[in-house]
Amino acid sequence: MTPGIAIILALLLPACGALAVILARRHPNVRETITIFVTLGTFGAVLSLVAPVHAGLRPGATLFEMLPGLPIRLEIEPLGMLYALVASGLWIVTSLYAIGYMRGHREKHQTRFYACFALSIAAALGIAFAGNLLTLFLFYELLTLVTYPLVTHHGTEKALAAGRVYLGVLMSTSIGFLFTALVWTYLATGSLDFRAGGIVAGKVEGWPLAMLLALFAFGTGKAALMPFHRWLPAAMVAPTPVSALLHAVAVVKAGVFTVLKIVVYIFGVENLRASGASLWLMYAAAFTLVAASVVALVKDNLKARLAYSTISQLAYIVLGAAIATHASILGAGMHIAMHAMGKITLFFCAGAIYVGVHKTEISELDGIGRTMPWTMVAFLLGSLSIIGLPPFGGAWSKWFLVLGAADRHQAFFVAVLMLGSLLAIGYLMPVVVRAFFAQPAAPAADPAASRPAPGIRRFDQAPLLCVLPPCLTAAGCLALFLFADTIADFLRPILEAAMP
Amino acid sequence: MLGLWNYWVVIVLMMMGLYTVISRNNLVKKVMGVAIFQVSIIMFYITIAKVRGGTAPIIPAGGSEGVTYTNPLPHVLMLTAIVVGVATSAVALTLAIRIKEAYGTVEEDQIVRLDHAEAESRQHG
Amino acid sequence: MAEHLPVLQVIVPLLAAPLCLLVRVPRIARVLVTVAAWTSLAIAVTLMAEVRTSGTITYALGGWAAPYGIEYRIDLLSAYLLVLVSVVAAVVLSFLPGRPAAQISNHRETHFYAALLLSLAGMLGIAATGDAFNIFVFLEISSISAYSLVALGRRRQALMAAFSYLIIGTIGASFILLGIGFMYHMTGTLNMDELAVYLPQLTSTRTVRVAFAFLFVGVSIKLALFPLHQWLPNAYSEAPAAVSAFLAATSTKISYYLLVRVVFTLFGAAFVFGSLHLDRLLVPLSIAAMFSGSIAAIYQTNVKRLLAYSSVAQVGYMTLGLSFATVTGLTGGLVHLFNHAMMKGGLFLSVACIGSRIGSAQLDDLRGLGRRMPFSMASFVVGGLSLIGIPGTVGFISKWYLVRAALEQGRWLVAGLIVASSLLAVAYVWRVLEVAYFAPRSADDPVVSEVGWKLLLPTWVLIGATVYFGLSADLTVGLAQDVARELVGITGGVTP
Repeated sequence: MTPGIAIILALLLPACGALAVILARRHPNVRETITIFVTLGTFGAVLSLVAPVHAGLRPGATLFEMLPGLPIRLEIEPLGMLYALVASGLWIVTSLYAIGYMRGHREKHQTRFYACFALSIAAALGIAFAGNLLTLFLFYELLTLVTYPLVTHHGTEKALAAGRVYLGVLMSTSIGFLFTALVWTYLATGSLDFRAGGIVAGKVEGWPLAMLLALFAFGTGKAALMPFHRWLPAAMVAPTPVSALLHAVAVVKAGVFTVLKIVVYIFGVENLRASGASLWLMYAAAFTLVAASVVALVKDNLKARLAYSTISQLAYIVLGAAIATHASILGAGMHIAMHAMGKITLFFCAGAIYVGVHKTEISELDGIGRTMPWTMVAFLLGSLSIIGLPPFGGAWSKWFLVLGAADRHQAFFVAVLMLGSLLAIGYLMPVVVRAFFAQPAAPAADPAASRPAPGIRRFDQAPLLCVLPPCLTAAGCLALFLFADTIADFLRPILEAAMP
Repeated sequence: MLGLWNYWVVIVLMMMGLYTVISRNNLVKKVMGVAIFQVSIIMFYITIAKVRGGTAPIIPAGGSEGVTYTNPLPHVLMLTAIVVGVATSAVALTLAIRIKEAYGTVEEDQIVRLDHAEAESRQHG
Repeated sequence: MAEHLPVLQVIVPLLAAPLCLLVRVPRIARVLVTVAAWTSLAIAVTLMAEVRTSGTITYALGGWAAPYGIEYRIDLLSAYLLVLVSVVAAVVLSFLPGRPAAQISNHRETHFYAALLLSLAGMLGIAATGDAFNIFVFLEISSISAYSLVALGRRRQALMAAFSYLIIGTIGASFILLGIGFMYHMTGTLNMDELAVYLPQLTSTRTVRVAFAFLFVGVSIKLALFPLHQWLPNAYSEAPAAVSAFLAATSTKISYYLLVRVVFTLFGAAFVFGSLHLDRLLVPLSIAAMFSGSIAAIYQTNVKRLLAYSSVAQVGYMTLGLSFATVTGLTGGLVHLFNHAMMKGGLFLSVACIGSRIGSAQLDDLRGLGRRMPFSMASFVVGGLSLIGIPGTVGFISKWYLVRAALEQGRWLVAGLIVASSLLAVAYVWRVLEVAYFAPRSADDPVVSEVGWKLLLPTWVLIGATVYFGLSADLTVGLAQDVARELVGITGGVTP
């Protein structure tokens, strides 16, 4: 399979998979099998592209010309490759999890769910493989639209209201800021291509450069930079598989990936650092980092706490992009993978707890470590990775970020990064501690309410398929620690300046 | 000023027509207002066609040496415009008849009142 | 035959109209109508091909040479409009085998076809002719038949809507006539080519300025440019749905063509924007149109009215593009002309599909139709996304050029307002989607099923065009750009 074909296949498989899922709607087992096969196939196609990209190739495919001189183009480079691997790999695990969750919870509209899921992965891969800003914008908007039915899955008033916030914030930022930034970039540079070393060097300078960065940063609403973060907690109304994959992995990573890619390939790392135009962004990201962590401390709803944790962790990546040193960019890129693995573990656990014992608030989780040991151990491992302690992947990305901040003599931001970790301990460890060491609360007044749905294999009080994936991803956090330098080496070529 | 009295006629007719359209409730009177308005424009064209000392644009028996004609073209154009005006008035008056059949009145304020009553009853019904 | 194509373009539908009336039998009339529409389309496409290869076509009516005879002059802009109008007519007319969908009662069917063909002939004539007074004549032909078409709506409110449309429209056309009169008065010619030569030399005279003023106001009334748009929401919402589709996609477009002709061909951009500074008036009015239309649309309870107010906003986009007076700006306006015709035509047809089953266009009655009528609602969704300007649809292409044109001139505020008003479109489109897909159908709602392919096909042709030309806009943008270059080039625009 040539790389060009692999790229097209990686996008086409999920899209066709969605169609096949719709056609198989009356046969749930066939439908689920299709989903699993499509996830495996997509991951396979993406995996086949790693070797050529690592060797220095930049395979691509031009699809068609949307505007005169502006084609829809796919082109892979290491950063996009990483994001694609994360998204498509975790999709496999999430599909297994989703089967367990949706069946264990007797959810309705499962066909719509699986179909939209597949389409979201296609859109995410489109973003990962985008060869110019126009293509990225196209798939970015498609991702918003395709995830809307997933966010509003339950169809209740609450879900609809959340959907309105979701769409409202994301659309306003993308049409209002990101689109304007796109047109401005095109007018200033005559191109929208991603190029090593950036394309705005010399064309936009001074405070317009900072303005352009602002339009891009705030325009990427999916990066949840405050004050455009409200959509993330609102989207928690969705079923947990949606929160897990999309709002811990695909959608939010699309946002920060976009920011990172724009910093590297549109602004140029050296150019941005030298111009000082990203100083304000460092402060904005730092604020988001700390503020979101503080809010997470006070949230009793587990998913809400995880949502604000995500906002904070995304700010790490944006901060790394803004600091714009080699180490910080590498750290930011690595954090895409580390955080994804860690956060998805945490969300899986939250969902398993909900399906198993119907609890959503942390205060109700006292002593649950005794009845759901595997789940809570996975939660512990995921938390440690998010906090940034070895031997978990999160430690390496934090290390690189701190190194990057130090490179630029930004002691303040080193302190901010440390504070973030401390706050993460503050909002994650109590959950673990209470789960294992506190006395369980009195049994529920109505035992029937917490009786699990029959016919599902139970393990750890929850469906097997809800407990296995978090264990897998928790192991993944460990594995990422070991492979961190492979990832760093893989990403290093993106820092090369443009050919003279 | 006074030498342009023909244009003043046009202006007065135009304003009369427009005022009738705006101020009169009766639909038929509105149609008449539009007709007066169109007539004023016809007058305008006719008046710009006239050449001082010009005669009717027909070649006289003795040839056309030294004869000044008024411009026939605007007259021709206005024949078309008159036809257009007739057609417009016909459609408008037909509509007025249909409205009378549907509403029982051709007074605009009563029609508006009937529409509102209908909309409210549909809301509460 | 080939050299008579310009006049045949108008004669074919013009003659077919009374024939439809004489024929009496609806089935034969339907065949006649379809033949006439598709023949017009074929002629339009042929003319476009010819203009692209050999340049402007001129045709002297009756063999009388200009400037004394009436001349038909088909340049790139005219051909663009001819193709657009005839495509829309052909698609909408193929929608009509579903007569109930068009909401026309039985014995009026032949009258309906006659009126539609007359309207089509009138609009084609406006685009094809090169004589100023001829424009007025065709304008009135198309308008009077449009008034009658609107009056065919089911409710009695359609009659009042048609009446108001008639009064306001006639005043507008009379202003245009007055403007033509002033132009003739000063130059002695009605031929647009000659006017284009003489008028720029006379622009210092008050008469010519008054001529422009009357022409501008008259065309603005026909264009439904804010604040002269009051007739449009009533007319489009009370007319039969297929008529709304036809008119929304053509009549405002032809009026825009008139505006372009008046500003760029007759008087010249140097005069209009250079000394009259029309942009100082047109830009605020366009922005007001964009916002007032979009905001009004958000509060509508009737879907057709919602789309009508949306059209008011979209006209604002088109005139905004024109008011920039640059190639990019005019490209944006012209490409939006085509894009909006596809979008609105498709949207009104999808409303027609829905209306044919539920018998109403009230938003509340659309409850739960997402499941019961998936294809009709899907076509509405795609059209709605295009209104918002999602990339991959034609709406994005238009927004791209409009924002680009604004930024090129350093008009940051205007660019911001353009994107802000697009966000309003999200609000009103999403209102419809939420009702259709999330509100459950109650027990006493009538049981409905999806419409047949005969109605879905024309709808999806137009909606499909919004996606096709959104993904690959080379053809439409290329054409619009060529036209814009030609127009801005001859008479001199504002350099960006």
